[in-house]
Amino acid sequence: MQAGSLGSTVQEFRQAAERGASPLRRLDPLLLLAAVGLIGASVYMMSTATVDDVPGQPYYYVVRQSIYGAIGIALMLLIARFDYSRLRDLKLGIYGVMIALILLVVLIGTAERGSRRAIEFSFFSFQSSELGKVLLIVALSAFLVDRSRRLSERESTSRVVLLALIPAILVVAQPDLGSGLVYLAVLAALLFVAGTRWTHLAGLAALGVAATVIVLVAAPAMGVEVLKPYQVDRLTAFVHPTNDPQKQGYQLQQSITAIGAGQKTGRGAEDASQTRLDFLPEHHTDFIFSVVGEEFGFAGAAFVLSLYALLIWRCLRILTMAKNLYGALIAGGVTAMLMFQLFVNVGMTIGIMPITGVPLPLLSYGGSSVLVTFMAIGLLQSIHVQARATAAAKGRELIA
Amino acid sequence: MYLDSNDRRPAITPKLALRVAIIGGLALALFAIVFFRLWYLQVLSGDRYLAEANDNQVREIKVQAPRGEILDRNGDVLVENRVGLAVKVTPDKLPPEGPVRDTLYERLGKLLGLKPAKIGTTVNEQLTALPFSAATVEQDVKLPIVQYVLEHRADFPGVAVERVFLRSYPNEEVGAHIFGTVGEVTQEQLKGQRYRGVTLGDRVGQSGVEYSYDRFLRGRNGATRLQVDALGTLRGEGAVKEPEQGKQLRLSVDFDVQQTGQQALGDSKAAFVAMDVRNGEILGLGSSPSFDPNQFARIIKPSDFERLSAEENGAPLTNRATQGLYPTGSTFKLITATAALEEGLITPTENQFDGGSLQVGGITFNNAGNASYGSLALPKALQVSSDVFFYRLGQEANSAGNGLAIQDWANRLGLGRRTGVDLPGELPGLIPTPEWRNRLYRKEQTDRPWSVGDNINLSVGQGDVQVNPLQLAVSYAAVANGGTVVTPHLGQRVEDANGRALQEFESSSQRRLNIDSQNRQAIMEGLRLAASAPGGTSTDVFKGFPIDVAGKTGTAEKGAGRPDQSWYAALAPYPNPRYVVVTTFEEGGFGAETAAPAARRILAALFDVNDEKDKVVRGSAAE
Repeated sequence: MQAGSLGSTVQEFRQAAERGASPLRRLDPLLLLAAVGLIGASVYMMSTATVDDVPGQPYYYVVRQSIYGAIGIALMLLIARFDYSRLRDLKLGIYGVMIALILLVVLIGTAERGSRRAIEFSFFSFQSSELGKVLLIVALSAFLVDRSRRLSERESTSRVVLLALIPAILVVAQPDLGSGLVYLAVLAALLFVAGTRWTHLAGLAALGVAATVIVLVAAPAMGVEVLKPYQVDRLTAFVHPTNDPQKQGYQLQQSITAIGAGQKTGRGAEDASQTRLDFLPEHHTDFIFSVVGEEFGFAGAAFVLSLYALLIWRCLRILTMAKNLYGALIAGGVTAMLMFQLFVNVGMTIGIMPITGVPLPLLSYGGSSVLVTFMAIGLLQSIHVQARATAAAKGRELIA
Repeated sequence: MYLDSNDRRPAITPKLALRVAIIGGLALALFAIVFFRLWYLQVLSGDRYLAEANDNQVREIKVQAPRGEILDRNGDVLVENRVGLAVKVTPDKLPPEGPVRDTLYERLGKLLGLKPAKIGTTVNEQLTALPFSAATVEQDVKLPIVQYVLEHRADFPGVAVERVFLRSYPNEEVGAHIFGTVGEVTQEQLKGQRYRGVTLGDRVGQSGVEYSYDRFLRGRNGATRLQVDALGTLRGEGAVKEPEQGKQLRLSVDFDVQQTGQQALGDSKAAFVAMDVRNGEILGLGSSPSFDPNQFARIIKPSDFERLSAEENGAPLTNRATQGLYPTGSTFKLITATAALEEGLITPTENQFDGGSLQVGGITFNNAGNASYGSLALPKALQVSSDVFFYRLGQEANSAGNGLAIQDWANRLGLGRRTGVDLPGELPGLIPTPEWRNRLYRKEQTDRPWSVGDNINLSVGQGDVQVNPLQLAVSYAAVANGGTVVTPHLGQRVEDANGRALQEFESSSQRRLNIDSQNRQAIMEGLRLAASAPGGTSTDVFKGFPIDVAGKTGTAEKGAGRPDQSWYAALAPYPNPRYVVVTTFEEGGFGAETAAPAARRILAALFDVNDEKDKVVRGSAAE
């Protein structure tokens, strides 16, 4: 980082102040609306779905999710004020911190439901794999920008793939299969947006398919455990749902029943028996969308999906607006991260995707996930602010 | 401003635009898939999933319907219900065989006072027989134990408590053979038409009128719908389908008669029947030794069942009134007399000479006690129970016509065939015929073919003849009522809980016999003399009895040092009898000693001669 960077920020503020436009006024209002709308919906869902979950504390999850949301929004606004471009120079540090955090969890983390994912603080258990998502986007984008002129070389592609695979494998080993898959989705999106050659992409896709087949079919058949058997079960359960509560497909079946039972306008919070009576497992985290479906029906689900559609539209738009390739890549990575989690999670609840333990961004309960998502959106806002500022500097008005 | 070379790149390249468009297109496609899927799940199939969700939270627990009560003819409750708590294990939630299940059985055993291994065996037996229904560990468990189980659910995986209605018999041993027992329906029974609508685990009548009238008594099961969460924890109670109690059954039995009858039998191996001669309504029917049917209200222990079936304990479960087959002794003379008169072998006034014995084919048939009565006609022969008189009739009948006069009449009067009474398990008995014995002889199951001696023996109810007390009562009733062979029955009508009749069971008769009224009168007179005239076999017993009784004693030899079977068949009031009472004692000696005094007490109850009910008046006359 250059010594003058602080000065330049001050200068920028001054310029903005002179034009009567603070960086906050250059935020993307629709992106903000989508994000705040989703976290609001999340808090509301917590208030209806988790009343009975912690005995004696009906607002346990509501209060916590509100706090996470508030901190997240503050974090987002803070990040939006800074120029993301300066993060490029910190890429090695960021990458190192990410790997260190993931390793730290493997070493000292607390086990939650059989997997080591979080570092326990007194008030908050910190999931490094969540933070890793945004750190990976920032670092990997920087590496890609560095090699943007030699992108067609196979070496560039394989280097970047390797850089993403290392944290992905470490995270899967925690084991947090879902985050690992998010890392791979981010990798794919970054390569794609950066302009990697189709042949490389096709090759990687073929490798991915082959790896999936080996992990899910071939290895278990030969008695080698690449993934834990329960993970394989979960991944393949959506192909054969079941009513056996002992089996992974049970959750899936209950989730579909919950969503279907919501019908057009939902059963209301009181009568949502699937949620209230715990037939729907993990209803405040992984299966929050099923709760929306059950309590508010097709209308409610459509409303939430519209917010996500708005979010993704803004992501893509910011991608195209970005003042530099680094911004475009970060926007692409964030888009991929959000889209992947959205469709894998929602797809899981409606029975067309495997169970991977991926949270629904902003809607699922969870401090790490909420904060990291807001950080990612903060980056998007920063890209937007920078693009608008650049455009303003060039005396050109962008069409919002 | 912080700028680098990349900041000066041209605005979005066509290449990037294409790729962004692809991502956008992908997002659009995915959104479309999700929307269509949601539309399909929520709008098109919503009803189905709503039903599933409602189903999910509801556990239907079968609520067993209480069986109908059983009343006597005066409305006194004979059989009622009480609520018991049963501890069951449900097969789907029972831990797999191994240490966990062993611990569970140990805990249950300690709680219920059963041996863990024993629980294992009974549960396994039940689960083998009925693989999908809950197996009962203990039928009637005390409340504190049940509460303990419910409070420590986690320690008792697969254990459930069910409210069950248990049969209760307030009068214990009185009427046990009439009521019979209830027990869980067996898998064979479920296959038949008889048990349509009955499901595994239901309790149905297995014997007695509980069996015969099961379809009225059993009622319709209800269901409690409980709201439960995913762990099966109760969250609330839903709709309740009330069980429908079975219909009330009113029997023709008179409790007073029944109780007196059973008291009169005492501890002997004995039986009695009291029946209305006009329509076959049974006012009392009992067998001794009896049992307490309350034992069957719970799950009966195999050891108890064995004890109640064992011959050395007098086989208390056997209903001697319908299943006890014995030679009848002189009570059979009614049949021989009817046959001889109706077939014209004698007339009511025709005298025969009784010199004390009859020689036939080198065998001498003696009177009992070696008495000799000289010249006598039929009524007198019945009065003193002259064997020789009837030996002659037996001898004559063997050669007259087809030689089956006595057998045919025995058959017509209801012996050697089932009476059709509404109790299961009735045995037909046997009236020996030449054909029967000769067939046995050909198969070398007996040492000799039929001879006239067999017919002579039959004429006085000795030898191979096998009759149950109810059959004898039917035959006496037929003569008493002028020829109607009634179908004895216990069930009078089916009622609702308020006693309003829902269905009456009409009295029916098997057939109508043509018995000449003079002949009938001669027989009735003989029976009356036997119970009232000096020298009558049971005159001593009925001395001073306020009701005019006609009756015949019987003493059947069972050979080989076994005590004689004692019988008494009474008709009262003379000359137009309303009731027939038959008593028999397996080791009773002379009829006048045991059977007649018992019959006297039953008659006292029938005619409400209350001060005579407990009086035991023994006679001594040999026959």
